[in-house]
Amino acid sequence: MNPTNYLYISALLFTIGAIGVVVRRNAIVVFMCIELMLNAANLSFVTFARMNGNLDGQVVAFFTMVVAACEVVVGLAIIVTIYRSRRSASVDDASLLRR
Amino acid sequence: MTEFISPTLSYSLLSPILVVFAGAIIGVLIEAFASKSIRPIAQVSVSIGTLVLALVQVWRIRNSSSTTAAMGSVIIDGPGLLLQGTILVISIIAIFLIADTENFAAAAAAIPGSPEERESIARGQQVTEVFPLTLFAVAGMLIFPVSSDLITLFVALEVLSLPLYLMAGLSRRRRLLSQESALKYFLLGAFSSAFFLFGAAYLYGYSGSISFAGIREAVVGGTGNDVFLLIGMAFLSIGLLFKVGAVPFHAWSPDVYQGAPTPVTAFMAAATKVAAFGAMLRIYYTVFANAEWSWRPLLTAIAIISMVFGSLVAIAQRDVKRMLAYSSIAHAGFLLTGVIALNKAGLDASIYYLFAYGIATVGAFAVVTLVRDSAGEVTDLNRWAGLGKRSPWVATSFATFLLAFAGIPLTSGFIGKFSIFSAAYESGATAVVIAGVLSSAIAAFFYIRVIVLMFFSDPLEDATSVLIPSILTRITVLFSAVVTIFLGVFPSPLLDFISNIAIFIR
Repeated sequence: MNPTNYLYISALLFTIGAIGVVVRRNAIVVFMCIELMLNAANLSFVTFARMNGNLDGQVVAFFTMVVAACEVVVGLAIIVTIYRSRRSASVDDASLLRR
Repeated sequence: MTEFISPTLSYSLLSPILVVFAGAIIGVLIEAFASKSIRPIAQVSVSIGTLVLALVQVWRIRNSSSTTAAMGSVIIDGPGLLLQGTILVISIIAIFLIADTENFAAAAAAIPGSPEERESIARGQQVTEVFPLTLFAVAGMLIFPVSSDLITLFVALEVLSLPLYLMAGLSRRRRLLSQESALKYFLLGAFSSAFFLFGAAYLYGYSGSISFAGIREAVVGGTGNDVFLLIGMAFLSIGLLFKVGAVPFHAWSPDVYQGAPTPVTAFMAAATKVAAFGAMLRIYYTVFANAEWSWRPLLTAIAIISMVFGSLVAIAQRDVKRMLAYSSIAHAGFLLTGVIALNKAGLDASIYYLFAYGIATVGAFAVVTLVRDSAGEVTDLNRWAGLGKRSPWVATSFATFLLAFAGIPLTSGFIGKFSIFSAAYESGATAVVIAGVLSSAIAAFFYIRVIVLMFFSDPLEDATSVLIPSILTRITVLFSAVVTIFLGVFPSPLLDFISNIAIFIR
């Protein structure tokens, strides 16, 4: 199968993720959309590794997974703290700044 | 089956980075094993010792350059070392502020207003995690401007950002605001690093290589698919522009500057900007230099919008920290002028500007930590009225920093702006220079308005007072003020030093 199709899928996933970040209001869902975007980038890396015929892209994908895991740790810590003090994880409720 | 090649590392050239990482790990161990009573003093001394040692190492290797320090994933050269030095100086004076424990939550995990929280305050606890977190962020910042492949760049970006997200949520007072700023910073930061990574993927697709040298070769040769190059450049730039807070990607910065504990804001505002602009300078001056037709017009537009928008919106701010945030957006525009210049003079000027601006920023936020009432810091500008009559020294040093931001002669800001605009003019970017000078004039208006407010209006009769600064805070304010004025009066030693060693190697 032509590897270009995987690039289309990855671009599609990335767009779905980006739209999700903008539209959804729950911090956890927003966060999951960001993870989707990172994985879309991973898919592109792996596809390009296949197209270019070297392994660099696959190596990057592993690094990205580790970094994404660290991001989950930090992100969930922040979201849980917010939830404990407000009883809500909605991004809209967090609007004390700007006033 | 290819043979495994064991990596060779040049420890001496990597020593600043390794020292800071070691210090951070020692900090984590102190957090785990030392008793609560000795933790604060141990953490402060380890952090300051580590940063000073790293600065000494940078000074020792100042004339070295090597592309193979870490198997080609890090380039040690003049600009990189200058930026590392700048980051370390900024972090040392910022850690003096962080050491002032009044600003941080007693127990970060306790719910605001809960009995647990009151108890931990009563027992005099404090979060000492903030020191290792700072050191990890500093280590990421040291790698970011010297990284020379996409993996190192991405990992360094995350290593510098993740601790900052947490540190933004550690404020002692107004904890809900602080936690909210941490959430905003985290979500928008992670969003932008996803763009960054997607851009990196397309640059790899374009060139077939993840090293800067390989991408540069592909750009110079021009054989690849230009669509991939354009997508890659655009998305990578979004990630970087987010970190520096340039205009379409600036939404986080006023909220985070306001909500985060002020010492953290000082550190983040100054050091992140140096690291991110360092990486930008390297990428645009070396990797994308031959594709300038595609990125220069866009960056020019972003620079102009950032300068004008930042200066205009800052006028309307009633909060000191928000005002400084919008002023930092305007400064991101001025610094982009140095990236657009794309010549040696532009590189020198940008490094000088970053140093001068970083020091003045830490100094300005240090003053903000001092103006207080019973509920904590007073950031409402109206209540700063008459500060000059009550505490002339604090008000004078704040005025010095504001004059440096405005670029008034005899301060470091003037020399920075002058050299960065003349470099851009030399390279033919006249539009940016005109916009820059005009928005400097707008910006001067609101900086001087604050100075007038502090010195020429009567003090309000409320509980606003200036805290007697602790010795560490005093050092920070004094050092920043002295450097700001010294660099305005005698800029040539530093300018010569920078222009002698700031040469990118590829």
